[in-house]
Amino acid sequence: MATVALELPRKRTSAIPRSIRRDPPLVRWGLTLLALLALGVFIVLPLVAVFVQAFAKGLPVYLAAIREPDTLSAIRLSLLAAGVSVPLNLVFGVAAAWTIAKFQFKGKSLLVTLIDIPFAVSPVVSGLIFVLIFGAQGWFGSWLIDHDIRIVFAVPGIILATTFVTFPFVARELIPLMQSQGSDEEEAALTLGATGWQMFFKITLPNIKWGLLYGVVLCTARALGEFGAVSVVSGHIRGQTNTLPLHVEILYNEYNYSGAFAVASLLSVIAVITLTLKKFLEWKTKEGASK
Amino acid sequence: MKPTTFFKRALALLAGSVLFGAGPVKLLNVSYDPTRELYQDINAAFAKQWKAKTGVDVEISQSHGGSSKQARSVIDGLQADVVTLGLAYDIDSIAEHAHLLPANWQTRLPNNSTPYTSTIVFLVRHGNPKHIKDWDDLVRPGVSVIAPNPKSSGGARWAYLAAWGYALKKNNGDDKKAQEFVTRLYKNVPVLDSGARGSTTTFAQRGIGDVLLDWENEAFLALDELGKDKVEVVTPSLSILAEPPVSVVDRVAAKHGTTQVAKAYLEFLYTAEGQEIGARHYYRPRSPEVAAKYASRFAKVQLFTIDEVFGGWQKAQKRHFDDGGVFDQIYLR
Amino acid sequence: MSLPFKKPSILPGFWPAFSYTILYLSLIVLIPLSAVFLKSVTSTWSHLWRVVTSPEVVASYRLSFGASLVAGMISVVVGFLVAWVLVRYQFPGKALADALVDLPFALPTAVAGIALTSLYTENGWLGRYLAPLGIKVAFTPLGVVVALTFIGLPFVVRAVQPVLADADAELEEAAASLGANRWQVFRLVIFPIVRPALLTGFALAFARALGEYGSVIFIAGNMPMKTEITPLLIVTKLEQYDYAGATAIAAVMLTASFLLLLAINALERRTRKFMTMG
Repeated sequence: MATVALELPRKRTSAIPRSIRRDPPLVRWGLTLLALLALGVFIVLPLVAVFVQAFAKGLPVYLAAIREPDTLSAIRLSLLAAGVSVPLNLVFGVAAAWTIAKFQFKGKSLLVTLIDIPFAVSPVVSGLIFVLIFGAQGWFGSWLIDHDIRIVFAVPGIILATTFVTFPFVARELIPLMQSQGSDEEEAALTLGATGWQMFFKITLPNIKWGLLYGVVLCTARALGEFGAVSVVSGHIRGQTNTLPLHVEILYNEYNYSGAFAVASLLSVIAVITLTLKKFLEWKTKEGASK
Repeated sequence: MKPTTFFKRALALLAGSVLFGAGPVKLLNVSYDPTRELYQDINAAFAKQWKAKTGVDVEISQSHGGSSKQARSVIDGLQADVVTLGLAYDIDSIAEHAHLLPANWQTRLPNNSTPYTSTIVFLVRHGNPKHIKDWDDLVRPGVSVIAPNPKSSGGARWAYLAAWGYALKKNNGDDKKAQEFVTRLYKNVPVLDSGARGSTTTFAQRGIGDVLLDWENEAFLALDELGKDKVEVVTPSLSILAEPPVSVVDRVAAKHGTTQVAKAYLEFLYTAEGQEIGARHYYRPRSPEVAAKYASRFAKVQLFTIDEVFGGWQKAQKRHFDDGGVFDQIYLR
Repeated sequence: MSLPFKKPSILPGFWPAFSYTILYLSLIVLIPLSAVFLKSVTSTWSHLWRVVTSPEVVASYRLSFGASLVAGMISVVVGFLVAWVLVRYQFPGKALADALVDLPFALPTAVAGIALTSLYTENGWLGRYLAPLGIKVAFTPLGVVVALTFIGLPFVVRAVQPVLADADAELEEAAASLGANRWQVFRLVIFPIVRPALLTGFALAFARALGEYGSVIFIAGNMPMKTEITPLLIVTKLEQYDYAGATAIAAVMLTASFLLLLAINALERRTRKFMTMG
């Protein structure tokens, strides 16, 4: 239980209020209100707008929109895309964070930047690159056609685009965490005779599990919600290559506004639930640790 | 299941469906934005007719989006058996860039391969508070016009050309004056959405603008969806004959073995039943009988064609909509 | 095995992890992205130059970079405030507020765009109160900034939050006991600690904003020369089958954001090194 003992002091110092760290009530409440107002205007209000419009025509219309076969097939496809891309990026995230946080080597800055790149690439371009490679006019286009393999405008293309877009999330979450933790514990374990994998599963993994879970949650949410990149590679075939966000667009374009927002609210609910769940788990373990 | 057995079974299944016609025939119709409702009905009617005639089930999937975007997807490999797009230029592009169908595709079906036509009309607010009757009212100061961007929307290109054609006619063919007119018109546009449906939403849901330039069929659909107490349709004195064409994508259909059913599908659009379904969705029918039957639906309007006034799509596209063309000049001043 | 480029360490697994990282990075990101550059050079240089310097495209750079910069700065200020309140204070509903911060990550961008537009048009919930003041948000560059702030905010909050939570209380107490007032403690002790995190947050928010498409096109109005963002012009070029032109603009944006990220990562590393050295 060395990990807990090492973690405790840091957590405790920031939790215990001391005089200088305790702002006067006026400042405290003023800033809190200001922050909540900002969150309200920038984040909560758009969310409320989604729900109000989703239920504008009542619950039956809402449920009908969600039970529609095309919606269900969109849910299935979105879950599949997230189900493949998230584990891939999870493994990558751990490997990349291990490399970057625990070792010193040349070109590290460059590597970190390259990992960030998919954040900065316009979703339009993220989709386009796969069309340029796998499209009929692309690098492998004629070969793929000859062998009747479909990548773009089919499920593999959607998975590829989703993987690209959610690429940095887990790594980005783990790198600063592992950097701040240092490698003393790992080194101690090795000195005591642990093998590499033992060290990883007994020391590293428990230390990073919350950051990891957090990265996975974000990655999943983003994978389910990606619109621009997937839109370029999807082909928009109803009931076949439409993900949830694309289905929202279709319903919206069919003047089915409440249906569109109903499906959108479904995505928001998934997001809010997972994010709250993550908070709850975090609080649970903290409590368990301090007993 | 071992992968080899899986593949064997899959192969057997595939062979079975080809040899004995077990599974339904599958068609993919890649179309533009406004035709979703039309083809939902067409697909059901055609599937019924095809089953009765041949005993084979046919399953038609639809894909919708901006006309040019859809054409590009087909060029890049979207497996369309048939395309039903907003303008001939986009199908020309498929022929030119991907050689999936012959360059003379438009001569293969009657009426320039356009089974139904449409035109550009105005959608105004209920009661027409700004008294918008004709094209001249759109360039008045203080009138706010909603139209999509002609560079990304097929319908918007028809609308732009309709305005240009009107101005040409009014000014006895003076090209300069026409350009001036269209420039003034687009100076009155506060939002350029990327597609026709986006513009309708801006106009109807957001309450922006006094008049929306739209496909006739879209305007009537919006009227049905949004309510006659909110908007009304105004038909100008002169407009363009918008011809949204259809074609089989030969190479894709040949590969899928669907050439025959794809052809029959498009020919169905020309039958009395197909024409009636089109008319019910506010597409102007080609068949004189069906047109007579639905005459009350469509206002009388003088129409000109793109070939008459602009010498065809290739020329119109190059001069007006390509980068650095007349449309770009409007915003560069 | 240890090449001069790596410092020796007793920890195992560098080579497998490093190789896997590079391999996966190349397969998913680098090779696909290189397609952009390779495709753009299929055209002549003069065509490419004309495309990337044409007036509409230059105007769109101005909007995209300008709005992303402003949105990034707003995100830094607001994000820092939110992170501060979430770390330092207790208030009812804190857990929910904390969870909601991530919403922009999760909400499909198109949905965000539609929701924001319906809020900020002249007859929207917020727009109707702003319109009498002469403030127009939807269909103006301001609308672009609002959408990009929505997108960028969580990046800053999530970058600053852990650093603020881990900040050593004793430093602040020491400063106070040496006679520093609250403002001095903030400026001289807390701010330097969170500065690298703020920079990272800003860089991510800015870079993400630069490429953002879905949420912006609904609220921007897309007027040429005025409210057309660069990614929209890439799409417009594609619709005209000008792949070389589209990828050329994409390459310009990619290079710009890559250099920016590189600079900020280096800066962040330097400040961190400086801090640990004392």
